[in-house]
Amino acid sequence: MTWTFESDKPIYGQIVERIKFRIVKGEYPPGSRIPSVRELALEAGVNPNTVQRAYAELESEGVLYTERTNGKFVVNDSGLLNQLKQTLSRNYIEDLFQKLTDLGLTKEEIIAAVLAEKE
Amino acid sequence: MNVMECSNLSKYYGSVSALDSIDLTVESGKIIGLLGPNGSGKTTLIKLACRMLVPSEGKITICGMEPSPETKSIVSYLPDRNFLPEWMNCTDLIYLYEDFYRDFDTQRAVEMIRQLNIDHKMPMKKMSKGTKEKLQLIMTMSRRAKLYLLDEPIAGVDPAARDYILNTIISNYDEDASIIISTHLIADVESVLDEAIFLKEGHIILHDTVDAIREQSGKSLDKHFREVFRCWEN
Repeated sequence: MTWTFESDKPIYGQIVERIKFRIVKGEYPPGSRIPSVRELALEAGVNPNTVQRAYAELESEGVLYTERTNGKFVVNDSGLLNQLKQTLSRNYIEDLFQKLTDLGLTKEEIIAAVLAEKE
Repeated sequence: MNVMECSNLSKYYGSVSALDSIDLTVESGKIIGLLGPNGSGKTTLIKLACRMLVPSEGKITICGMEPSPETKSIVSYLPDRNFLPEWMNCTDLIYLYEDFYRDFDTQRAVEMIRQLNIDHKMPMKKMSKGTKEKLQLIMTMSRRAKLYLLDEPIAGVDPAARDYILNTIISNYDEDASIIISTHLIADVESVLDEAIFLKEGHIILHDTVDAIREQSGKSLDKHFREVFRCWEN
């Protein structure tokens, strides 16, 4: 099954997000090899050049590194992992707050609703 | 190396101008969507590239050469209609392609025919419209060409086969080759494309990478197309 993409954002950026999510989730642990460009292109149903661009972006952010002839690997650094986790969760929380504020909920109501949902 | 170059390229049918002074460069290693409403010149451009038509003015080159028998050996063209003899079955077609094209990869064709469960012995005239289209695409993509010209390759096939075909395109093309796909089904091909070309009344009104178009317009290529080419005024 190919991935679905939001229509209003560039595809490579959404691939970057998806890979970070997989790293934080432990699907691609620190130090592990990530799928080749072509493998991921087939899985996602996107152009290999788009995946290439996403990998280049992740490499310039210091999340991935290339081992010559061997492929691309996740950087072995728990500090980075924590940082990714924080950024991702902050994004989700911001998104949640934005949507619920649009619906007319106050900050307190949102917090109460989240706590009630957990129980 | 540019796979295709057009400069000042025009094509008239009598007094009707189908393409009007087009300048276009197609680099290698790209998958490009040729998009535009009916009658905008998509098929004309594709036919000029494979020498089914001769330019009225201007120039088109394939890997630096003007269209000729030599360029036909590096261009793999899928027309928008049935073009293979109806009495042939898969095996006949494979022999035909092996004879005609030095770059034909028999193993690749056999493998795809097997994956799509097409009966080797069934003549094309007994196949459904969709199966015929799939088979013609398989034959086109089984060549190791430098330029693939696909005119409406997915219009007649079901969504599952569409996914298979797009996967075939992604997994089979190599970095020296480019693929030009003309289609109306933009949403289906959008994620596979590097670049999009919008044609309108014989002019190129937009040529950019898909991600740049999404970034600038804040919309998917499909939505952007619907806005640029909307057929009515408010």
